[in-house]
Amino acid sequence: MPKLARTLYDKLWDAHVVRAEADGTVLLYIDRHLVHEVTSPQAYEGLRLAGRRPWRTGSIVATADHNTPTTDWDDGIRDPISRTQVETLDANIGATGAKAYFPFRDKRQGIVHVIGPEQGATLPGMTVVCGDSHTSTHGAFAALAFGIGTSEVEHVLATQCLLTRKAKSMRVRADGRLPAGVTAKDLALAVIGRIGTAGGTGHAIEFSGSAVEALSMEGRMTLCNMAIEAGARAGMVAVDDKTIEYLRGRPFAPAPELWDRAVAQWRALASDDGASFDEVVALDASALAPQVTWGTSPEMVVSIEGRVPDPDRERDAARREGLERALTYMGLAPNTPMTDVHVDKVFIGSCTNSRIEDLRAAAAVARGRRVASSVRQALVVPGSGLVKAQAEREGLDRIFRDAGFEWREPGCSMCLAMNDDRLEPGERCASTSNRNFEGRQGAGGRTHLVSPAMAAAAAIMGHFVDVRRLA
Amino acid sequence: MEPFLTLTGLVAPIDRANVDTDAIIPKQFLKSIKRSGFGPNLFDAWRYLDHGEPGMDNATRRINPDFVLNEPRYRGAQVLLARRNFGCGSSREHAPWALADYGFRALIAPSYADIFFNNCYKNGLLPIVLSESQVDLLFGAVNAFPGFKLTIDLERQQVAAPDESMVFHFDAEPFRKHCLLHGLDDIGLTLQHADAVRAFEARRLAEQPWLI
Repeated sequence: MPKLARTLYDKLWDAHVVRAEADGTVLLYIDRHLVHEVTSPQAYEGLRLAGRRPWRTGSIVATADHNTPTTDWDDGIRDPISRTQVETLDANIGATGAKAYFPFRDKRQGIVHVIGPEQGATLPGMTVVCGDSHTSTHGAFAALAFGIGTSEVEHVLATQCLLTRKAKSMRVRADGRLPAGVTAKDLALAVIGRIGTAGGTGHAIEFSGSAVEALSMEGRMTLCNMAIEAGARAGMVAVDDKTIEYLRGRPFAPAPELWDRAVAQWRALASDDGASFDEVVALDASALAPQVTWGTSPEMVVSIEGRVPDPDRERDAARREGLERALTYMGLAPNTPMTDVHVDKVFIGSCTNSRIEDLRAAAAVARGRRVASSVRQALVVPGSGLVKAQAEREGLDRIFRDAGFEWREPGCSMCLAMNDDRLEPGERCASTSNRNFEGRQGAGGRTHLVSPAMAAAAAIMGHFVDVRRLA
Repeated sequence: MEPFLTLTGLVAPIDRANVDTDAIIPKQFLKSIKRSGFGPNLFDAWRYLDHGEPGMDNATRRINPDFVLNEPRYRGAQVLLARRNFGCGSSREHAPWALADYGFRALIAPSYADIFFNNCYKNGLLPIVLSESQVDLLFGAVNAFPGFKLTIDLERQQVAAPDESMVFHFDAEPFRKHCLLHGLDDIGLTLQHADAVRAFEARRLAEQPWLI
């Protein structure tokens, strides 16, 4: 009998099932556990109170990223509560161990979803978990990667497994060439605009099609990162030559004597021809324009050529109320062209868009220009110390500084504003991050999600602009 | 974990879709290294008129009288009635910790975000899924009848109004239901299979030694 055609998700899932209960609950083995300071202290405490030890410390890669400042590193962490949380991570890792720990101020420290791939600690075929919803990022490497809560962090620490159930499968197929100036971020936002923030709930998404194949690994990470904003815990892309070349020579990539064997196994990590998905969504990438969110949910997105929607045109009363509430919070009038929306601050960074390619794209726009005088602050926060060093070798920091951007130390920064980088009430921000929820970047702050090039363009012009017209 | 058997509790409504975990518990409260004490800051930005920070005396803060949970009729609510995609956004378990610490024992909505849904079960908080039309009926009842309560029976997987004018069945995965009914520690359950995990791990790491 011919073997059943399997999806990439099926293959990753099947390879990690330790045992299955009759009701479909599965004990799933976890290869890589990424740990950061915010969602781990209660898990380590639980472990300690139960007299348990981490099952396999070699699976753990840890860093401090959410709370860390992006300026004045010599002064340490001034906020005592943040400092305690970071020191608690130091102590927990110090007491129980890890494969690698990149503490605050280490030159390899950075956002956990940037440093995992950068170190080669995320590999194809792995299950990767972290107490952070943007763990979906690592699916770009044909890994099954998803965010978990703190109880599950403790469960993985104690047992190297999770009790979970298989999700449904969704293929998002984007064919055609993304036009110049249209990026993975725009593709991600367009997908979310299409299926909604709950469109992928209960599903694992595989991104495929010629537009996805054409993306760099950085672009694929951006796309998979945003899978959770479509409701899907996991996003993934099949292995190809780019995946393998990205990983070659990274610190935790397979040793040279194991490399060929690893690559041979990785090559099988793609959906079989004829594999069936529970849902299929198809997009024409060639028809996309740069995207900008206008509201308080990532699904509230339009093309830069579009306008703020008019609630009067919405027939459904509940939806109309939702639109009105979002417009009130965002301080926007219906039908305003997006290019008329002015910004107070610009944030280029986050696990979505802080990799070297993102900084290059933003710098290409900033080169030889100046941040508009109406813009109070334009931040560039590299995703890791190594991204920062690479950017400085390329002179990108100079370009940003000359243009009036602030060049910061790595971390999560103003994506969620747990450190000092934040919006003040009413401030409007062009942000390369992933969430435009109320208060996400600071209480009362107003976030518009865009690509790095679009954020840089908004900084230069003081309002949103189609970056393709700036060339 | 405290077992969940049956509950008859006052119902409070949050009538908006896509309530995210940033709204449920804002980021500044995530700096705590404890699991408890988040209740006073549940929905902080909606509930208070001033900006909250950890360590503030919440009793002295300005209450937003327009926020539904601040209405006296919902004081002591144990069941939260919500709209679709409740709990979307970040994986922070601080969200169910805050809901439980506030006093909620069960949630009713047409849908939840996946990670949040999992996190609720780990904390004795029962996330019940009912259809949009059933949820609509419940919103109507809550708004019409001050003091409206619901009785939730996990064993029978049933939500009922006290006069049984409305009785709704809900789905619950057998394993999760079993754990919640008995208040089981699932780490302990998994460790009963430690030998199977060890055998699986040994085989996997032998086949893919670069994972070590």
